[in-house]
Amino acid sequence: MKISYYPGCTLKLKAKNLELAGLASLKALGIDVEEMDRWNCCGAVYSLTDDDLIHHVGPVRNLVRAKERGADKLVTLCSMCYNTLARANQLMKTDVVKRDTINRFMDDEIDYAGEVEVIHYLTLLEEHVGWDKIKAKVKAPLTDLKVAPYYGCTLQRPQDVGIEPMGSFRLMTRLLEAIGATVVPFNSSDKCCGSYQVLNAPAGDNDAAANVLKAANQAGIEALATSCPLCEYNLGKQQEQFLAKSKITAHVPTFYFTQLLAMALGVSPEVCHFELNDIRSLQLLEAKNIQAAA
Amino acid sequence: MCETTTKQPEIKVATGDRAILPEGAKTIPIFVMGKQYQVPETLTIMKAMEFAGFKFLRGAGCRGGICGACPTVYRMAGDYKLHFGLACQTVVQANMYLAQIPFFPANRASYNIEEMNAAAEGIQALYPEIFRCVACNLCTKACPMEVKVMDYIAALKQGNIEKAARLSFDCIQCGLCASRCMGEIPQYHVAQLARRIFAKFIQPRFEHLVSRVKEIESGKYDQMLDELTKMDHETLKKIYVEREREPDLSTLGAWKPKETQYL
Ligand code: SF4
Ligand code: SF4
Ligand code: FES
Repeated sequence: MKISYYPGCTLKLKAKNLELAGLASLKALGIDVEEMDRWNCCGAVYSLTDDDLIHHVGPVRNLVRAKERGADKLVTLCSMCYNTLARANQLMKTDVVKRDTINRFMDDEIDYAGEVEVIHYLTLLEEHVGWDKIKAKVKAPLTDLKVAPYYGCTLQRPQDVGIEPMGSFRLMTRLLEAIGATVVPFNSSDKCCGSYQVLNAPAGDNDAAANVLKAANQAGIEALATSCPLCEYNLGKQQEQFLAKSKITAHVPTFYFTQLLAMALGVSPEVCHFELNDIRSLQLLEAKNIQAAA
Repeated sequence: MCETTTKQPEIKVATGDRAILPEGAKTIPIFVMGKQYQVPETLTIMKAMEFAGFKFLRGAGCRGGICGACPTVYRMAGDYKLHFGLACQTVVQANMYLAQIPFFPANRASYNIEEMNAAAEGIQALYPEIFRCVACNLCTKACPMEVKVMDYIAALKQGNIEKAARLSFDCIQCGLCASRCMGEIPQYHVAQLARRIFAKFIQPRFEHLVSRVKEIESGKYDQMLDELTKMDHETLKKIYVEREREPDLSTLGAWKPKETQYL
């Protein structure tokens, strides 16, 4: 079984903390994935326009590269990349007419018909590592950290590519439990963060994000875990303004779930690049005394 | 007397800077901007066009495949595929339909290199259009230098300046990639900026070069140069012919000249 790793552009720049913590964790867990040697942008958003096939070329080209290299599975970390790649894969598997058009347009590549399976990192953890093994490898359990999984929109929608059914947050919950955190029930795990629509809005005006954080405040949640750079941005970067406008009552540090996993596995905090998160993220972990003995 | 035989097409023989047609050379039809010309086979597109009477005032430079002034686009009769080449390098084929694209408009951002740094965000801010790339790969297909154009644009979106600089190293700024881009990206200007940034801020400085420049500036070699410039022609020739040379393929650092006074 060969598993190729697709990083995505954002993880190489703005969300290094998501990637580097994720890769260090896999290493600590003894799992080998190989980054693709050639890849391009995933397309960022899956085009829903019926006759706009050109925007599927980007994700499909990545799938072609994985097939070329003999990969059975393509694993990815970013929720947006996952969504775009998985949906393009679904299209190539099921829509014969569009598949042919796309293959014909890409006459410089081998034909593709959905042969590679696109999986998310969380699925990789469950199927190729297992929660028990992760639990056994934990060096610094996140004891007392009250955290909730935040899936946002793209991990579960639409149903046929979702990493698990709508309304279920089992994968991240099992992971957070395995690393010793206290998972708090949360009613806003799949509420939208505001997505791209709010990026031009003045800081502090994004009520979609503020409402998610407010719900976290009310549930006594200290931190959120996500796998989406856009969610992390919308939820994590404007909390000061939300507080100033009294839209939330307390900071809720937002982490990438890989950062929490890495810390629990004893990976050094430098690898997790907490400076890219809100400053309070690292402070919270320090306050909870989460640090593996050197 | 009346002429009964069909008149043979007159074979033109070019001289001077025009191509010279060897005796008995076969000619083939090519189509320049839609008009047919009989040109000798084996000529490059550039020479064939000159043979046919075109004069290159612009759109030709080095004639050696390196200046990027002579990009040509062509199709073979009956085939949907577009082909691209440099007119000074590509040999004509029968029934090729071609046109020159000596210049293609492409936005070039202005910047002060001294104010840039090693972060890819600087390039992304100057050329935000790189995020319009849809990975159609038409640019790579168009590149006469076989540069992986799409891949260097992808590398810059990923913030990997070094990869973009290395991938684009063979670019000769011909502009064909930009002529095909769905995202209206001026790829080659972006790549040139990437190479400049790589060279200035990322690539390690070669210390031996710095110390050699210092030596030169300190005047260490002035006297030798003076001697050489004053030397008469014959002596100069003699010492050139008799000069010691490091044998080809000798192991690095293994060879030392006998004459060491200039070291
Ligand atoms: S990268 Fe573009 S400009 Fe450079 S040689 Fe190739 S086609 Fe020409
Ligand atoms: S032609 Fe333009 S849009 Fe197409 S792959 Fe190249 S850079 Fe991207
Ligand atoms: S004339 Fe310079 S590349 Fe053809």
